[in-house]
Amino acid sequence: MNIVVCLKRVPLTQEVDLQVNSDKKDIVKDGLAFVVNDWDNYAIEEAVQLKEKLGGEVTAVTVGYEDDEEVLRRALAMGADKAIRIDPGERELDAFVISKILSSVIRDLRYDLVLTGVQADDTNEAMVGVMVAENLGIAHAAVVNGIEVDGNELTIKVELEGGIDEVSTITLPAVLTIQTGINEPRYVSIMGIRKAGKKELKVMTIDELGLSQDYLLPQTVIEELFLPPETEGAEILEGDPGTIAEEIIRIIKDKGVSI
Amino acid sequence: MGEIMVLAEHRQGEVRDITFEMLFKARELCQQNSHSLTAVLMTDGQGSYADQLKSWANEVVVFKDDRLGNFNADFYNVILAALIEERKPFIVLMGHTPWGMDLAPALSVKTGYPLVTDCVDVLVEDGKPKVIRQIYSGKIYSKVSFKESDVYLVTVRPSSFTPEVAEPFSGEIVEHDLPADLPTPRRVFKEFVDTAAGEVDISQAPFLISVGRGIGEQENIEQVKELAEKMGAVLSCSRPVVDKNWLPKYHQVGTSGKSVKPKIYLALGISGAFQHVAGIAGAGTVIAINKDKKAPIFRVADYGVVDDLFKVVAALKEKIES
Repeated sequence: MNIVVCLKRVPLTQEVDLQVNSDKKDIVKDGLAFVVNDWDNYAIEEAVQLKEKLGGEVTAVTVGYEDDEEVLRRALAMGADKAIRIDPGERELDAFVISKILSSVIRDLRYDLVLTGVQADDTNEAMVGVMVAENLGIAHAAVVNGIEVDGNELTIKVELEGGIDEVSTITLPAVLTIQTGINEPRYVSIMGIRKAGKKELKVMTIDELGLSQDYLLPQTVIEELFLPPETEGAEILEGDPGTIAEEIIRIIKDKGVSI
Repeated sequence: MGEIMVLAEHRQGEVRDITFEMLFKARELCQQNSHSLTAVLMTDGQGSYADQLKSWANEVVVFKDDRLGNFNADFYNVILAALIEERKPFIVLMGHTPWGMDLAPALSVKTGYPLVTDCVDVLVEDGKPKVIRQIYSGKIYSKVSFKESDVYLVTVRPSSFTPEVAEPFSGEIVEHDLPADLPTPRRVFKEFVDTAAGEVDISQAPFLISVGRGIGEQENIEQVKELAEKMGAVLSCSRPVVDKNWLPKYHQVGTSGKSVKPKIYLALGISGAFQHVAGIAGAGTVIAINKDKKAPIFRVADYGVVDDLFKVVAALKEKIES
């Protein structure tokens, strides 16, 4: 089975005080660490596991700049066979543009299955994967947390609300957006990434894809980013852990819970 | 005068809450802008969905077919695209739910109409829709507009709007013909499986101690488990803990796990992703302990502690024992 995996590199924002840029169109990214989008990490692991079981080739693809190749090298170290970065140049990007670029690259690859994360950790739009499927005119399923292969058909589980999974069958070729928890992504060592340096990493430009300027117009505009409105929020308990513990116990008892 | 359309979502015999949340918001937008409100329902004819919806909209457009008993993106996409082409509604609202995520981006590509997903608010300014989104785990908000279009597509984050009692509509139920060219679906529904049933029912517990990503290692859960036992609390967790297989799924609080309503919810190392926060909407008092003072959990908690959770856990244990 030949599998294409679409990946994105995103900033790590836990325990970080984020600020908005002066033009209010983006956050201040200086000093932030970047990682592979968590959902995409599960997608690449799933692709590699399927390849290990069924044979075939895994191709990792990203739309981005030179720094973004980091996530491709990591995917190669996890077991992808080759990687493609499409450099978008100075173009403004939104999910529509990115999905069109990805679709045009994937169309020319030999593939049975396209995997990507449900959403990206930064803007959580959950759009690109399903748009790629519709652009390619193939089947899709979003929020997949289980895949079993049976020839040209997959039995998949889609995670719904309230702990309910929806089991269905889907015919290949297809795009699946992968939910976290579907597998246990393998550890990637620095040594592993170095070794994977020998694998093919191809860089393409938009011009090489033959996509016109008009075709790649964004459909949405970020008017402004802003910090969340100040709300009253939590009453912060101060003091040493002992004092805080006493205060917590008092609150619990106050609310009529016996401990 | 334009039209605002809301796609109804139903599962296992029930109209999903997101449907009424969207209809409530759409009603407000319709009143402000003199639009009419239409609910769109796809069904196999079982259940009383249309009757439930008619008090929430001016019109309920019903597509009835044996194949529409369960959600299917292939059918929904073709049917909704045809209806949108026919009626050119100003805005179409869909849920930012697993099914909405499955449908909306495909519908946008198929129709060519712009889409913004996961919106927590929808406004109309100078006759154009603008939406508010939360990005970077809720640490930043984003106001987004669309390129000029006849129709605008929006998916709405669940629990963003709380429906209030209002004068009910006496909406007209109109059955609509299906498009002639319904495709053979590439995806076929088999069954629903309950993955959250287990030894413990966290949804009924009066006191929950809940661990999140901040617990760091699987081994660290043990000390929280001990604390929970000592305090008579039930142990629960957020999604990352289940994703890593550190606790079984029946411990998970949140949209994809269980909704809980304890008197006390003690959240340890939980950042407060919206899917988690939605699951504790019914909680009495929320006490959150997290190292990140900007963690969204502090926006919904009643009491917060910005500190290392392990120090507080150790101190709690000591106080309980003495």
